[in-house]
Amino acid sequence: MTIRHHLTDDILMAYSAGQLPEAFSLVVSTHISLCDDCRAALQAYDAIGGSLLDGSVGIPMTDESLEATLARIAAGPAPARSPMRPKAGIFPAPLRDAVGGDLASVRWRPVGMGVRQAILPAQGSATVRLLSIPAGQAVPDHGHSGMELTLVLQGAFCDKNDRFQRGDIEIASEDLEHMPVAEAGHDCICLAATDAPLRFNNVIPRLLQPLFRI
Amino acid sequence: MQVDSDPDWSALLIRVRDHEDKAAFALLFRHFAPRIKAFLRKSGASDTLAEECAQEVMATVWHKAHLFDPSRASVATWVFTIARNRRIDALRKARRPEPEDLPWGPEAEPEQSEALELRQETARLGEALRQLPEKQRALIERAYFGDLSHTEIADETGLPLGTIKSRIRLALERLRHQMS
Repeated sequence: MTIRHHLTDDILMAYSAGQLPEAFSLVVSTHISLCDDCRAALQAYDAIGGSLLDGSVGIPMTDESLEATLARIAAGPAPARSPMRPKAGIFPAPLRDAVGGDLASVRWRPVGMGVRQAILPAQGSATVRLLSIPAGQAVPDHGHSGMELTLVLQGAFCDKNDRFQRGDIEIASEDLEHMPVAEAGHDCICLAATDAPLRFNNVIPRLLQPLFRI
Repeated sequence: MQVDSDPDWSALLIRVRDHEDKAAFALLFRHFAPRIKAFLRKSGASDTLAEECAQEVMATVWHKAHLFDPSRASVATWVFTIARNRRIDALRKARRPEPEDLPWGPEAEPEQSEALELRQETARLGEALRQLPEKQRALIERAYFGDLSHTEIADETGLPLGTIKSRIRLALERLRHQMS
């Protein structure tokens, strides 16, 4: 599997710095789980964070802080979330954690024209959802008022400019108006996060937009 | 080169990992805890919250020491990732989805030479950061420590967003150049 569409430096740095809303972090961490190039780049950004921390000027801790910390240590670790063991499936670990399982566990809801979606829980103003687009079908023409990150998990889609397959990430901003079409063969499953509602360019989907939160 | 003058934090953390060595932990604590506290204060935490989080982060360092791999990250980088995640949790009440761990390779023990190479690279990165022009370094620092998005930095500094992005890009290019 060759991934051709990667995360940008902006986004990797913001993820490393912990500045992205949870919805975007889910897409970024899912992509990195599939992409060794972006994983290596993330390690470099984490190293910048480490160097900045190391070279920074500290604020003195209270006198009893070391004792207090050793007492915390003696009290034992915070209960760890039970790690979900990787099973054969199409969802990498962070997405599996967010869904509570693989593809079969997704609670899909129809949004019209055979397209289905499942909104995943995330703190903050950005939203994240899984989308399933029937093979050969177009997603309604839409532009963006904010940033949208779309990661392909199964199948592939094409728009005017390019082709995106499993592991590829599309970064769409305000200036991009596009009409992605799922390739024939498999239904296309994507994970998409956005920090603003999508703007659909024909009237009916726009009326329905608030209802479907698409 | 800084490698020889800086204490070998990796060796100390490995003593914590393998021998629950409290003296080694105390040295790590003295270096990192005040820096973690400052990091949280810069992100908007109160003094009390920053102190508490710094203690929690250092307790996590102890409990997770068995996961530390000196051939993959420096101690400072590893501590940074723990402190960053604690900040997201404490200040935003949000979770941070993490990438899936890579499956372990066939070699059980990381190569000594890899750990050394990583230490030298880390020292060069620290030096390269110190040598950045002040304006570029300040923006990188804000981007990591200020809990501010680029847009918010733009609002606060009055600099156009494009200027901030290009300064950060310049800084990164300079770092890459110095590291290559």
